[in-house]
Amino acid sequence: MEAVDGNAIGGLMHEVFGTEMTATASVCGNCGDARPVAELMVYLQAPGTVVRCRTCDSMLMVFVTIHDRTCVDLHGLAVLG
Amino acid sequence: MAGTALRRRLTWQVAKVSAVTAETASVRTITLDVPDWPGHQAGQHLDIRLTDEDGYVAERSYSIASAPGELVAITVERLDDGEVSPYLTDELRAGDDLELRGPIGGYFIWEPEDGGPLLLLAGGSGVVPLRSIVRHRERSGSTVPVRLLYSSRTLDDVIYRAELDQPARGVEVIHALTRHQPPGWTGYARRVDAALLAEVAWPAAEMPVAYVCGPTSFVETVSQALVQSGYPPQRVKTERFGATGGT
Repeated sequence: MEAVDGNAIGGLMHEVFGTEMTATASVCGNCGDARPVAELMVYLQAPGTVVRCRTCDSMLMVFVTIHDRTCVDLHGLAVLG
Repeated sequence: MAGTALRRRLTWQVAKVSAVTAETASVRTITLDVPDWPGHQAGQHLDIRLTDEDGYVAERSYSIASAPGELVAITVERLDDGEVSPYLTDELRAGDDLELRGPIGGYFIWEPEDGGPLLLLAGGSGVVPLRSIVRHRERSGSTVPVRLLYSSRTLDDVIYRAELDQPARGVEVIHALTRHQPPGWTGYARRVDAALLAEVAWPAAEMPVAYVCGPTSFVETVSQALVQSGYPPQRVKTERFGATGGT
């Protein structure tokens, strides 16, 4: 499956964080790569939405939505915002 | 406006389809009457939600094709195995309701004060948000020079062909047809790569801003080539939509 990028989850992240997030800075907790959310690798067809680092491929964020509730795992990020 | 838009809650609403226009055999532009639309920026997108009788929901994100101040429009390419696009291109009619939320995105956007020259690079339906940028430039009175390099499989796959054949002053449109070219074709007849970009792209010294949109492989090739040719990475904006469209 081919990755898209963080632009594709602008709506989902706006819903979760209450604001526009695609231009927000992110820093990978594993390799320290810093770039806007829009440039991260996004896999939409996994069980949930998986966001990975463009440099080291570490998992940065996971979003799983069931019945209008979204569970968010940000454990792979050092910085968001 | 941007400040208030950022803090706006993003809620689903029902829009009315005001027109469906054929762009190519598999691409339609859907113009929408959105009752509660706060206005958008060039390059933003919106989410469409379809719900079937069983309550199964499918959501997709589509770039906005129209400029700020114009009626909201999206341009949709039919993917034969898609869950959403065949409904939008084949079934939807003027007068139908469509559930959406937007506008979305604060990264892949252009405003006149962002300057240029602008280098716009489109693979297939990646041309959609770039068309919004070109129209916004014209409507806002910007004179920033623009080069749009647009890769399609064949001439029949070119979206907005009539519009792009009559570009505004200061806008150059350069086509690359990768699969088949009509007799007498004088444009490029190959894929966009570093060598082709070396012929078309503004020199990095002119401080251009590049917007690259298309299938993931197209965006990777083009953005890496631009950075290697000296474009600062932060001046190469990218938007990837997977392996769906043809270039």
